[in-house]
Amino acid sequence: MTLIALLSISLVSAVVLAFIGDKRYAAEVNILGGAATFAVSLLLGAEVYISGPFVIANGFFFVDALNVYLAVLTAFVSMTTAIFSRPYMRHEREIGRVGKTAMRFYHAMYQLFIFAMLLALLTNNVGVLWISMELATLSTVLLVSLYRTPSSIEAAWKYFILCGVGIAQALFGTVLLYFAAEKVLGEGSAALQWTNLSRVSGQLEPTVLSLAFIFFMIGYGTKVGLVPLHNWLPDAHAEGPTPISAVLSGLLLNIALYALVRCKALVDGATHGNKAGYIMMAFGMVSLLVSAFSLLRQKDIKRMFSYSSIEHMGIAAFAFGLGGSVATFGALLHMLVHSLTKSAIFFTVGHASQIYATQQMTRIRGLIRANGPVGWGLMLGVAAITGMPPFGVFTSEFLILTATIKDAPIMSPFFLLGLAVAFAALFKKTMPMVFGEAGESARLSAHSIKVSDSPVVIHMLIVLSLGLYLPVFLSDWFHAAVRLLR
Amino acid sequence: MTNSSSSIIVECLQVATVVFLAPLFTGWVRLLKCRAQARTSAGLLQPYRDIYKLFFKEVALAENASWIFRFTPYMVFGATVMAGAIIPVISTRAPLSATADIIALVAIFALARFFSALAGMDAGTAFGGMGSSREMMVASLAEPAMLMSVFTISLVNRSTSLSQMTHVIVNSPIMLRPSLAFALLAFALIAIAETGRIPVDNPATHLELTMIHEAMCLEFSGRHLALIEWAKGIKLLLFASLGIALFAPWGMATGGTLQSLVISYVTLTAKLAVIGVAIVLIETRLAKMRIFRVPEFLGAAFLLATLGMLSYFMLE
Amino acid sequence: MSHELAIEINSLLAALILLTSFGLLVQRRVYGLLHIFAWQGVFLSVSTAIVGYSAGLNHLYISAAMTLVIKVFALPYILYVLIHKLRIKKEVEDMVNIPTTMLIGIAVVIFSYHLTAPIRELSTLMTRSTLAVALSTVLLGLLMMITRKKAVTQIIGFLALENGLFFAATSATYGMPLVVELGVALDILIAAFIFGMFFFQIRTSFDSLDLKEMEKLKDLD
Repeated sequence: MTLIALLSISLVSAVVLAFIGDKRYAAEVNILGGAATFAVSLLLGAEVYISGPFVIANGFFFVDALNVYLAVLTAFVSMTTAIFSRPYMRHEREIGRVGKTAMRFYHAMYQLFIFAMLLALLTNNVGVLWISMELATLSTVLLVSLYRTPSSIEAAWKYFILCGVGIAQALFGTVLLYFAAEKVLGEGSAALQWTNLSRVSGQLEPTVLSLAFIFFMIGYGTKVGLVPLHNWLPDAHAEGPTPISAVLSGLLLNIALYALVRCKALVDGATHGNKAGYIMMAFGMVSLLVSAFSLLRQKDIKRMFSYSSIEHMGIAAFAFGLGGSVATFGALLHMLVHSLTKSAIFFTVGHASQIYATQQMTRIRGLIRANGPVGWGLMLGVAAITGMPPFGVFTSEFLILTATIKDAPIMSPFFLLGLAVAFAALFKKTMPMVFGEAGESARLSAHSIKVSDSPVVIHMLIVLSLGLYLPVFLSDWFHAAVRLLR
Repeated sequence: MTNSSSSIIVECLQVATVVFLAPLFTGWVRLLKCRAQARTSAGLLQPYRDIYKLFFKEVALAENASWIFRFTPYMVFGATVMAGAIIPVISTRAPLSATADIIALVAIFALARFFSALAGMDAGTAFGGMGSSREMMVASLAEPAMLMSVFTISLVNRSTSLSQMTHVIVNSPIMLRPSLAFALLAFALIAIAETGRIPVDNPATHLELTMIHEAMCLEFSGRHLALIEWAKGIKLLLFASLGIALFAPWGMATGGTLQSLVISYVTLTAKLAVIGVAIVLIETRLAKMRIFRVPEFLGAAFLLATLGMLSYFMLE
Repeated sequence: MSHELAIEINSLLAALILLTSFGLLVQRRVYGLLHIFAWQGVFLSVSTAIVGYSAGLNHLYISAAMTLVIKVFALPYILYVLIHKLRIKKEVEDMVNIPTTMLIGIAVVIFSYHLTAPIRELSTLMTRSTLAVALSTVLLGLLMMITRKKAVTQIIGFLALENGLFFAATSATYGMPLVVELGVALDILIAAFIFGMFFFQIRTSFDSLDLKEMEKLKDLD
């Protein structure tokens, strides 16, 4: 019941906001929808924690340790992003970058996007997972081009076409999976349900599943933004409104990775080996290295952090590919802390670019004096995302590194190289932005804007505490998820 | 009558048929075309009269024309008649057919074309050279497509011998075969290009810029021209018969009995009549395409032939 | 209709679908592309219906009807209206010349044939041999999107790719469960509306639907 409620809240909010999205109180309604979703997701989490995983609606939806934590995370980040989006979008409205219709569209699509992501997480059906992934893409495509500037339209078009093509490959993979599953489970929806599939994964035809995994890898890998399928990602994340960048980077990438990981577990079950894992490791490592070096030459602040998202998705994909309980545990934690940190960074970046009315990093200087909380937020966010202790990212990266040294020692220097380059690049670019001497022009062009600090503060506090102490319920879920993925 | 002597008679009958029926077929196509364009035609037998008249005209030779130029008409005519002996037109039991398969057939046509092209350049005029170069361009694209199409048919019938292939088709039940459908389409396009019909080439034009085949033969006169024209007529008939033999040979005689030969003649005449109508329909509906489009046209033929072969492997 | 005849007709339709995919690759005119795309939809729909008939699966009739409505009438009509309204130039320029595209296309078909070979051997369905054609259609659609640089042609390539996926579902498994097929169809419809809106957005900000204009977003600028 809670599960249905969870899904319907965002869907209802989307419909309501489609009508009232341009009103003054629309942002508050949006926040309310997000908060309600989060509250229900907490209930769902508690339910799962107490009574264990369950399946409802004739096997259509299911909850287990793997998707429940992602669902709670999705609901939480979408709520805080809604809080952040209130002053942000109001400012955009005031300076005339968006109109009335655009606001209505923005709010409705925001909630629809949340709905699509939650549906992707909670559905038990591989086909429906595909549909909701596509829905998540479609609902955000026009948000990326919300400003109607040539570059934003270009970015949205790229996003639409590349993700559309990519995810089409995943549908082909789904067809192949169904082909293999039908032989074991018989015709009908039952043959596409994760719960049934993982039960019989050992009996599925290994050649077909290996082939299917290649298509899944290309399909969902495009959405995860793994190199070389990442071309759309920096554009789409940089050109849209910042709240959308935050949820795209923080949430959608996670969902795509979730889909990929579920597929990988099935394929590994069928092939009795780690073939799929090696493919993921390769993609992950290439993504980590390429994006780390790409970070060095970025000029646009949002593009830079999009590349950082690719980097972290690469790390997580690598760790999932590595397999083993430590690496998988680390990867699950990494998805969580990256999502929180990255969305917090995008909140501060959004405000910073509003203050200086530019996304060019060379023209953002002395943030700490222009607006202290935003400057500190950005600095701490970058410290966290680069894996400085005591933040949570450090813990997860440390776990993954330990596992790498143990299981694939040959990869560990590359892993460290990627991390080091990313660290150097991000710090080199961020320090002058935060502490640099503001030139005359930068100081003059600095606007004073209304900011909401609470989302950043909350996110950073959670990331910090996760670095210091992992709550029991989380580690229980992670252990259970690790068992699921083996 | 012994078996072998009967087949020799059939063979001779076939060659005679091909050689003497060809101008009639050309006349039929011209007649239909005149009707379609609301012109008065010169009659069904006009090609015979043309050839007859040309044989009694004086041969004018270019000053610096070598033996190749004089040799070519006989070469072309001979090669074409030879091809007529290989292709099963009225019976699948032609003895010469066993000596040469479909690849040799393509080579024989290529030989005739090679000499035509040499002769075109031999006379030393600008048009001849232009015609030769264009003809060779078309040929170089048409031949791979032709071979590809023919291979597809050979694969389906498991033989490259023409009479064997035709025999198999006559005796097997009718099936929907995508490979053969593609091969037929490709073959039709190639036949249009090879016989110099619209939209690739216009057999009736002598306009400088658009000629292909005609430019090459511009210098011939008298009995040489008669042979070239006659060979052209035979070639048209042969491509039509080749199409019939490969894709719709039903009704063709498989033995040497008189009755089956009569049936064979009747069905052949009917099929040729229909093909004549088809040619005229195409020629009146389409305009000649620019020469730069010809490679694409033949590329499409190649593609179709390749698809035919692929669908043989993939779908059958 | 006998079983053998159904198989024959189905492989003929598969061949025609393959032919239309190539037709899309080589066609120069925008309206010509639309016609070929609509024909592809017709073949797909008929093929689905025939498979449904001979396998006795009623849900395939629904899929066939959906294909007919969406792929043959709705989408070509929407595109037609858009092209008409936006006065798009009739000729399509391509990046790679057509003979080269054709050769690549043939290579793609051979590649798909090899890739699907293991499945053909495992399958017992009457449609198993058409799976290679389905994958080819997917990849040829992809090729079309790569080689063409107009928004309209990219969309047609994308839709042809979807056709291939649909055909794959029919030929590998006699169609996905109905809920999935319905969802996919819904997604395609939403996508259609989105690209419709996109055409207008691109048109107003770039003054043309030529994507060559859209090469501003690079890392170094």
